[in-house]
Amino acid sequence: MAQTTFGVGGLTYDHSKRHMPQELNVLIALVLIIAAFELLGRILIGDSFLLNTRDNVDTIFNQARLQIIILQVSIVGIIAIGITQVIISGGIDLSAGSVVGATAMIAMSFAQVAMVNGNPNPKAVFLEQGWVDLPVIVPVIVGLGCGLLAGLINGSLIAYTKIPPFIATLGMMVTARGVAKWWTKGEPISFPTESFAGIGKGLMPVVIFLALAVLFHLMLKYTLYGKRCYAIGSNEEAARMSGINVERHKVLVYSIAGLLAAVAAIVLSSKNLTAQAGMGVMYELDAIAMAVIGGVSLSGGRGSIIGTVLGSLIFGVIISGFTFLKLDAYYQEMVKGAIIVGAVVLDVWRQRRRSSRG
Amino acid sequence: MSDIVLKTEGLTKHYGGVHALVDANFELRRGEHVAIMGDNGAGKSTFVRQITGVERRTSGKVWFDGQEVDFAGPLHAREAGIEAVFQNLALADDLDVPSNLFLGREKILFNLGPFSILDRKGMRQATEAALKRTAVKIPNLGSTIRNMSGGQRQCVAIARTATFASKLIIMDEPTAALGVQETAQVENIVRTLKDNGEPLILISHNMRQVFDLVDRIVVFRRGRIVANLRKEETDGQDVVAYITGAKTQNMAAAAL
Ligand SMILES: Nc1ncnc2c1ncn2[C@@H]1O[C@H](COP(=O)(O)OP(=O)(O)O)[C@@H](O)[C@H]1O
Ligand SMILES: [Mg+2]
Repeated sequence: MAQTTFGVGGLTYDHSKRHMPQELNVLIALVLIIAAFELLGRILIGDSFLLNTRDNVDTIFNQARLQIIILQVSIVGIIAIGITQVIISGGIDLSAGSVVGATAMIAMSFAQVAMVNGNPNPKAVFLEQGWVDLPVIVPVIVGLGCGLLAGLINGSLIAYTKIPPFIATLGMMVTARGVAKWWTKGEPISFPTESFAGIGKGLMPVVIFLALAVLFHLMLKYTLYGKRCYAIGSNEEAARMSGINVERHKVLVYSIAGLLAAVAAIVLSSKNLTAQAGMGVMYELDAIAMAVIGGVSLSGGRGSIIGTVLGSLIFGVIISGFTFLKLDAYYQEMVKGAIIVGAVVLDVWRQRRRSSRG
Repeated sequence: MSDIVLKTEGLTKHYGGVHALVDANFELRRGEHVAIMGDNGAGKSTFVRQITGVERRTSGKVWFDGQEVDFAGPLHAREAGIEAVFQNLALADDLDVPSNLFLGREKILFNLGPFSILDRKGMRQATEAALKRTAVKIPNLGSTIRNMSGGQRQCVAIARTATFASKLIIMDEPTAALGVQETAQVENIVRTLKDNGEPLILISHNMRQVFDLVDRIVVFRRGRIVANLRKEETDGQDVVAYITGAKTQNMAAAAL
């Protein structure tokens, strides 16, 4: 009984065409992948993946591994939040990883301690009163400014010159990496002030990731901003015909993505206590993979922050799972590549199924 | 107040060398339902796009509701009170029914500029009211319109025009892609509009439908208006003759 009749004139509505929320599928996939590693762990190395096997600690789960999983995805996860709203609006952002590199370098150079081991730090900022520690707000604002600028350029290029997002952000990817290298002529910068180092300390990246996830979940679901992201990604022409200022919205979307890349850069450089020009390489691809695994469609209009958060957990579980099974790091990279391609194949497959339903 | 809702004078649109619309003089009175008929490529949709501000006309004048108008975009036309159901529907597949109805004109609960909080409940209630007014029943307003039938999608597009107080509704081939029952549904909506005294321009190829629903038939041929016929004074054969060019009318004599 697939067809039911409703209303005057007998319009039909096919119930089989209604489906479960995408997020539920992703959650099920997450649980299945964890179960698979649990099983493989018992068989191959005689250890549990996520359950606590030490008798002296009174918890069900292996807290340490859980923490590692979520900690290692939270920084790329912040980028993935930004990329999610870009993809939902029908775009793509390949520049995030490079923006992380450039922002980390620039922010870190404004976060230098004045004295290292009793000697003045030549990389610190020199004012009239001598070498100084700048308050933490300075590197944060400067960093956010860098990300915002990169996003503003991306968005303006895409909205007003009509070049494809792929090309515009590819250009930014190369340019921002150049800025990261040029800033110190390739030298890494270390020795941040204690307050700057506090931003990414311990579980702070996780806290920041989850707080931003909640904020953007609410934004996409309950605000005009979110509605317009979905509308433009779903049917840009319809959005324009309805009077939505599509161009201005795109600039906003990419600017916010840039801001989030900057947040990731600040947290990352603070956590690592150093910034290097090569920071964040390939982060954009990991972030896109997290989003797509989480059900965000590369053709726009579909997806959610909840999905992306679950997608990031799947990503983290797979990477930790391979470490847990003591597989070589080389395999990890290959698997990561396969996940990215696999996620896109899955998206294409989902779309084909959707369009064949009519 | 004048009795005329819409009037065009010498309305012309060229796409490069293509003269899609030439010197169209058209009038619509309050409460009147008029059909526009004509072969594919006759310029019917082009005519609609010039009136609704989707495109800028090459030349000519348009008066709407007693004022000369030149809309800069579709939103301006809507604000003035012209609601159109375009041939390509202009719906967003991934949004639910209320979001489509209020696309670009969302109800706001709390104003925060681009980050304003949406009045989701208000939009849902208004949607229910609009659907009731048009006697359209759509199950599960909260699901995306992607999986809806052609008729339901058409009804959503039509309900959008009924949601906002409008002075003129234009429908461009609203039943072209619909089955028999769905067509009947849309025709019911048109009758409801007639009963409510809302003026309408209906573009259709369906002779039976046109004779069922409207007061007057305007025939387009090769970008020009070639006939302006009161329903009582014409029949299907006559209209077909004008559409195919077998017959022509002295427009001056037929002026209403
Ligand atoms: N954007 C456009 N650019 C060029 N030619 C167009 C465009 N839109 C319509 N035309 C041409 O204008 C003529 C009228 O088209 P249209 O108004 O769509 O016809 P109808 O709706 O009566 O079928 C056709 O010859 C069509 O090819
Ligand atoms: Mg047409």
